[in-house]
Amino acid sequence: MNPIIQLEHVHKIYHTGEVDVHAVRDVSLRIEKGEFVALMGASGSGKSTMMNTLGCLDRPTSGKYWLDGVDVSGLDRDELATIRNEKIGFVFQGFNLLSRTSALENVELPMMYVRRPVKAREHHERALQALATVGLAERAGHHPNQLSGGQQQRVAIARALVNQPAMLLADEPTGNLDTQTSIEIMGVFQKLNDQGITIVMVTHELDIASYTKRNVIMRDGRIVSDLPVTDRLLATEELRKLREAQEAVQLVS
Amino acid sequence: MKILAILRVAVRALRRNKLRTILTMLGMIIGVGAVIATVSLGNGAKSQVEAQIASLGQNVILIFSGSFTRGGVRSGWNGAGTLAVEDAFAIEREVPEITLISPELRSGTLVAAGNQNWSTSILGEGADYLDIRMWPLAEGSMFSEQDVRSANKVAVIGKTVADQLYPGMKAIGQVLRIKNVPFVVVGELIPKGLSVMGQDQDDIVIVPYTSAMKRLFGATTLRGITVQASSTKALAPAQQQITELLRQRHRITPGHDDDFTVRTQEEIAEAANNASQTMRILLAAIACVSLIVGGIGIMNIMLVSVTERTREIGIRMAVGAHGRDILMQFLTEAVALSVVGGALGIVSGVGGSRLLNVYMHWPTLTPVEWVFFAFIVSAMVGIFFGFYPAYKASQLDPIDALRYE
Ligand SMILES: Nc1ncnc2c1ncn2[C@@H]1O[C@H](COP(=O)(O)OP(=O)(O)O)[C@@H](O)[C@H]1O
Ligand SMILES: [Mg+2]
Repeated sequence: MNPIIQLEHVHKIYHTGEVDVHAVRDVSLRIEKGEFVALMGASGSGKSTMMNTLGCLDRPTSGKYWLDGVDVSGLDRDELATIRNEKIGFVFQGFNLLSRTSALENVELPMMYVRRPVKAREHHERALQALATVGLAERAGHHPNQLSGGQQQRVAIARALVNQPAMLLADEPTGNLDTQTSIEIMGVFQKLNDQGITIVMVTHELDIASYTKRNVIMRDGRIVSDLPVTDRLLATEELRKLREAQEAVQLVS
Repeated sequence: MKILAILRVAVRALRRNKLRTILTMLGMIIGVGAVIATVSLGNGAKSQVEAQIASLGQNVILIFSGSFTRGGVRSGWNGAGTLAVEDAFAIEREVPEITLISPELRSGTLVAAGNQNWSTSILGEGADYLDIRMWPLAEGSMFSEQDVRSANKVAVIGKTVADQLYPGMKAIGQVLRIKNVPFVVVGELIPKGLSVMGQDQDDIVIVPYTSAMKRLFGATTLRGITVQASSTKALAPAQQQITELLRQRHRITPGHDDDFTVRTQEEIAEAANNASQTMRILLAAIACVSLIVGGIGIMNIMLVSVTERTREIGIRMAVGAHGRDILMQFLTEAVALSVVGGALGIVSGVGGSRLLNVYMHWPTLTPVEWVFFAFIVSAMVGIFFGFYPAYKASQLDPIDALRYE
């Protein structure tokens, strides 16, 4: 079986003004289907650049990238857009939802750009189903400004899922969220991963990384460590503990 | 591509900034509205001029005293006419293409009947005048050749004169006093209504030209002669022959200007056409300028919109929109602006010209093809001026667009 992601000697160099920024240096990486990977590292270590490359938002300066067995390093803008539409679900740190547009319509957005026609009724059904998967079916009609950060991120995850992509990419998905909401989002990811979806996410929080199955650490554009997670945390467990602790505090006071 | 989905997004985006959308459309509304209104007015006037020219009769040649040749100024016209009754007889005798002829005098005078007074135009004409003008009578009959020869005191009157002098009475057989000379009304004309200039064409009294000369004005010359040629083909040769005959009779040596003017109906129509041609060019220029102004307004707003929605463009691209999809989205919005603006412009243009018609009594006629044309041009303005902003949006880099604050 093909790995879902295979990078070979990938470089990314930003040409800006006088100095060239070598953001990714000679990265080779293989991620199999069903993996749950955390990409970690200090700020400026090239994590976002890596994610943009993996997400086909950007092309590597040199090197090869096979996504689900297809060489995407030589594709043009529109071909990359089609790949993003069909194979990749993207979740951003800042949610990036369309404002003044309902959650349902935000989730429907990727289907607007599906090349083969999808019936309008199917749009609604699939979007509602995706919202149900992240536990937000009853908020379908709400606009982003009527939702909490965690709920907005769930809408974004539903949007990423709606075209049944081969993998989910998330760049610091919990970066704007508090601890409990972060764990809830990790719970959603763990559930999705249990259903077989490959997830690659960026985080610089160690505890968040321990909800994943594999931690890849970058420094100065290179991968310096790539280890499986040994003491994996389960979001359901942690949430239960958190709630008990909160109740205990309330009992004392 | 899902045109419905694109339209929905476009409508929502336009409704989000209602005031801005309306102000942008206003450029198109005013431009297209002004064009439609002026075209309607011009067209109305044109068709009325055409009707008027047609109402001169068929294959008519008009001969006037005096010459218009020098830059439109009447030369050789000293108030007194240069055409004699004998000139009319000579034309009738010697120009074979002529079928009907009517010498003409005209003057404004006060007329009276009983204790009613009315100021009107007196027209001295031949017995064939109404046949040349193809102007039927409502009642009675035209005066005869015999009446002309004997300079009888008989008159044919227009509807306005009849209504003013003989309200609620039959005009035929009544006495009409012109300059205190009693005339008998023998016929009443079918009403014609207002002319292009707004003159009442029914405010008229027609008497034999002989009576007008001898009994009313003491005139010895004619104001003009109205002639009908046998066919359209005969117009030009008849005009030629009349000119030569009159020059000869007036002893005008070569190198000197005519002291009369001969115009065929065709020439009059052509002159009117030339005038409206100038109007049309002017209109087209106004249309172009106003549409360009409207288009620039749209382009400006679309550029603002693309900048404001950079992040949205980034999101759409991130989830799979091609450059073409983004281009179509913004082009649709620009065209929606211009087409809705254009349609409202058409409505207000048609409505405005209707109002002018109803309240100012200006003749208006909105040509259907101009409505179509205005609509198509509106759409084209949207495409033309919307293209650059839409293209700019479609070329954005998704990562840059997503990062845009
Ligand atoms: N668009 C860009 N143009 C120029 N340099 C960039 C650009 N994006 C990132 N960089 C540089 O590349 C390096 C890696 O950035 P990034 O991938 O965002 O790191 P991280 O996400 O790990 O913080 C940084 O030095 C950053 O300044
Ligand atoms: Mg980053």
